[in-house]
Amino acid sequence: MTVAPQEFSASGMALRTAAILFVFVIIFTGVLSAAYQWTKPAIEASAAEEKMKLVDEVLPRGDYDNDLLSDTLTLPPTPELGLDEATTLYRARKGGQPVAIVYEAVAPDGYAGKVKLLIALRADGSLAGVRVTQHKETPGLGDYVDPKKDKNKATPWIGQFAGLSLATVTDKGWRVKKDHGRFDYYAGATITPRAVIKAVHKAVKWADPQRDKLFARTGGTQ
Amino acid sequence: MITREEFRTIANNGIWKQNTSIVQILGLCPLLAVTTNAVNGIMLSLATILVMAISNVAVASLRNFIPHEIRIPVFILIVAALVTVVDLLFNANLHELYLVLGIFIPLIVTNCIVLARVEAFAAKNPPLQSTFDGIFMGVGMLWTLALLGAMRELLGSGTLFGGIDMVFPGLRPIQLLPESYPGFLLALLPPGAFILLGCMIAWKNWLDARATARAQRKPPQPAVTAGAH
Repeated sequence: MTVAPQEFSASGMALRTAAILFVFVIIFTGVLSAAYQWTKPAIEASAAEEKMKLVDEVLPRGDYDNDLLSDTLTLPPTPELGLDEATTLYRARKGGQPVAIVYEAVAPDGYAGKVKLLIALRADGSLAGVRVTQHKETPGLGDYVDPKKDKNKATPWIGQFAGLSLATVTDKGWRVKKDHGRFDYYAGATITPRAVIKAVHKAVKWADPQRDKLFARTGGTQ
Repeated sequence: MITREEFRTIANNGIWKQNTSIVQILGLCPLLAVTTNAVNGIMLSLATILVMAISNVAVASLRNFIPHEIRIPVFILIVAALVTVVDLLFNANLHELYLVLGIFIPLIVTNCIVLARVEAFAAKNPPLQSTFDGIFMGVGMLWTLALLGAMRELLGSGTLFGGIDMVFPGLRPIQLLPESYPGFLLALLPPGAFILLGCMIAWKNWLDARATARAQRKPPQPAVTAGAH
């Protein structure tokens, strides 16, 4: 800037610069917090809608009539589900009766790290649906576990889980066909489906003995 | 105001001469990570155009109040604050678009292209010129990333515009190579991006060298050389 050097000593110059920086910080902090406050309600509403869209993929909206996002149970970190932090389990009900639970699980042994899953389990113990919500699997190879990336749009790979339960599939059945199980896979990428199947199997097994508690059959919060 | 000549220089610099991706080689990290298909490349560039135009105009308007010694922290403050505001506004008002562009906007904060243009151009030029500089630098990035993304996609999986259904739900990706195309994984991984980017830089340098050679072979035209700079 065009300031005559004689006007300010070194410390005066430093003070002046610091003051200007401080003013900029105050102004832009103000701008930021104003924008945050102003957009907060809309963002929260769309985040809830976003969650519902994800839930819609595993459980049809017509199957329940409660506000699923407010009927929840907080799960502590659960190694059986591959979760090392607390997550939320959502309960779907129709006429107050439990219909299904929607909960998260993680397959820790994907080809490129963790594969995050969203699982919907019906009150009778059968799977309503499974979706991959987050993964880093190789594009074009292992990523077909995500139906958006699956080339077979009509019957995506992940759809095989629908309707299965511990009662209808034995322990040995929860494997890909290559390992003598019942699940199809695409040649060239078996590590990812193996990890997903294992994680879903574990998640169903985890829920089975404590179904009464998870579904809150007695005295629900509704 | 802006003269025709100024506008042309800014546009030419942004799109070709000072192209961010193949001349300045800035912002390699998002470039390598994102251009696995043409749609991603285009979307990242669109978000960058928006952010660069806004941050350039903000810095150019405030440039007379920013002491030279602390310009970098102030620029970072302005860019980061504006990008966050854009991010919040997108999320709240244009949620569908946010879901597509959203992941790219925070990436842009870390992109050195924005800071480079703010420091190299907006800090020394009026707001209007700076806005155009931001836009055209972004347009230069747009065609480079779209081309790189399209080449990687075509070589890697034989399709074009994969993921377009995320932006326009009605459209389908184009299957250019037969379904039986086995795919070429290298093109989809970061090393493939480096190799193809290298080819694009070589192609640009070759074109420039050829243009220079042609200009030299022609008889000198003093009127033209005096006007250009």
